[in-house]
Amino acid sequence: MPDENIICLRTIGLTKVFGVGRQRCVAVDHVNLDLCVREVVSIVGESGSGKTTLAKMLLGLINPTEGEIYYQGKKRDISTQRKRKEYWKNIQAIFQDPYSSYNIFNKIDSVLLDCINMRGGRRLPHAKKVELMAEACSFVNLKFEELTNKYPFELSGGQMQRLMIARIFLLKPKILLADEPTSMIDACSRATILDMLMQLRDEVGMTVIFITHDIGLAYYVSDTVYIMKHGKFVERGTPDEVILHPQEDYTRRLINDVPKIYEEWDLSTVEYSS
Amino acid sequence: MADVILEVRELTTKYITRFREDVYAVDHVSLKVEEGKSLGIAGESGCGKSTLALSLMGYYFPPLHYTSGEIIIDGRNITGMHPDDIRKSILGREIAYIPQSAMNALNPTQKVINIIEDVYLAHDPYKPKEEIYDLARDCFEVLGLPADVLQKYPVELSGGMKQRTVIAVSVILFPKVLIADEPTSALDVTTQKMVIKMLRRLMEDGFIKSMIFITHELPLLYNVTDDIMVMYAGQIVEKGTAKQTVFDPLHPYAKGLMGSIIVPENGLREVNLTAIPGVPPNLKKPPSGCRFAARCKYVRPECKVTSVGLREIDGGRAYRCIIKEKELRAAFAKEADLYAR
Repeated sequence: MPDENIICLRTIGLTKVFGVGRQRCVAVDHVNLDLCVREVVSIVGESGSGKTTLAKMLLGLINPTEGEIYYQGKKRDISTQRKRKEYWKNIQAIFQDPYSSYNIFNKIDSVLLDCINMRGGRRLPHAKKVELMAEACSFVNLKFEELTNKYPFELSGGQMQRLMIARIFLLKPKILLADEPTSMIDACSRATILDMLMQLRDEVGMTVIFITHDIGLAYYVSDTVYIMKHGKFVERGTPDEVILHPQEDYTRRLINDVPKIYEEWDLSTVEYSS
Repeated sequence: MADVILEVRELTTKYITRFREDVYAVDHVSLKVEEGKSLGIAGESGCGKSTLALSLMGYYFPPLHYTSGEIIIDGRNITGMHPDDIRKSILGREIAYIPQSAMNALNPTQKVINIIEDVYLAHDPYKPKEEIYDLARDCFEVLGLPADVLQKYPVELSGGMKQRTVIAVSVILFPKVLIADEPTSALDVTTQKMVIKMLRRLMEDGFIKSMIFITHELPLLYNVTDDIMVMYAGQIVEKGTAKQTVFDPLHPYAKGLMGSIIVPENGLREVNLTAIPGVPPNLKKPPSGCRFAARCKYVRPECKVTSVGLREIDGGRAYRCIIKEKELRAAFAKEADLYAR
């Protein structure tokens, strides 16, 4: 359950503009976002609505044009490499494409060992490290003995995404940013991965930000849902408010477009536009 | 009774790997598609959905090889035809295929009209270009694409438009069967709906006579197709109308798949997601008995030894399980009871 009082991450007037002159494009437009500790937030929008740009700014991968990010009450400072690394200990991400999130030259052991070293376990005896790695793998239903001496590309997409969660389990960050974590894997593994993420949230006590266009997923997992359109939040609230009783036309249209099984799927509202 | 457009009897195809191992990715699959109907194929990744789509076209290239079975399109048996004949007279005219990565299927150095001309001229070299242009424009009008797309390069189009262009190119020869292999998996919900509406409209306007739709998204399949088949490890495990398969699945695997549906509807927030534990079997050495036995909740000792055929029940349904319908239903009911408590 989210802790309503402690705000973990706050953005004020966050803006990103790409290009100048005629090609100027406002990707994220004065976004205010408050994240409480242990909250699960979903940011939902169409492709091109600026979801991923927002995520990259929160991660500190790109610099915002305007606006500020406060982390745990203090202004975020990632001006030097050391401070940036310190920040990344607290915020971690899972990306859409599991195939491209690993360094293809590193074996799975070293992927997990890096995480232990990053958490300050560099001096631990080797047996202890193996034990930690095996624990992380068993958390995500993988067998560590089968994974040693393998490269990430020898696994299937679902297994790779689960290994990503094993990394998060070892790192224990304060905030997890999941950018479309299940859009490349099939519906059956999706349920497994969501279950694991939720279990991990309870165990580590972290804040999870889901960035997705899958409204069903947002409805199922989140405490708060934000609907994003052209770089702005048009609606926010609990899933029951936003998804079952939407106020904005845009949200209503978006929810109408999702194929459903108990309600009629209305195909007559489709407009052919580019 | 409508005409049967596509009939497949006991089709088996295999991959031969570099190490001369046989992988039977499609194992004794039989299906029937009637005129004006659409068939959906569901299943996990790696269960042979896409291989089935490739096998249905009768055009095999290594490492995919034909083993046994028959494919009959509109009364014409195409098994055993020469690959060149199949390419000339079957592909495009009788069966068209929309590949999974349709976004990358267009040649980036050619204008859309040139791609369409290419397809047309390969089948009918003496067609005047004006006629092709008129046909392409008609087809684009039905699909809701502006005519100036014809003069554009693929890079100038958005994802949804590219996908629609690929569909337009595949239906330009009025095929009898259209096989769509995950046509919407890379699109967002609004574009997905647009593509689905377009496919429906193609059926209504007579561009295509029937459709086979492959995806792992069950809510989508339920809304698009008339019948659904569930595949597991190269075999069909459940067959029935869309409503039956989604709301009243009989095979334990199909039941598990239905448990992983997430839709934004009232009351579904409280439902527990039930994922199926374990991984699908390795098809190089498929297990001797039921292929699902290792992951099945209702497994019995005899499951692991005796192989099971499709068990036909009334209403055109079929499922592949050793347990009788009544006993299965009782087991499902018992489990639902446990959850309720």
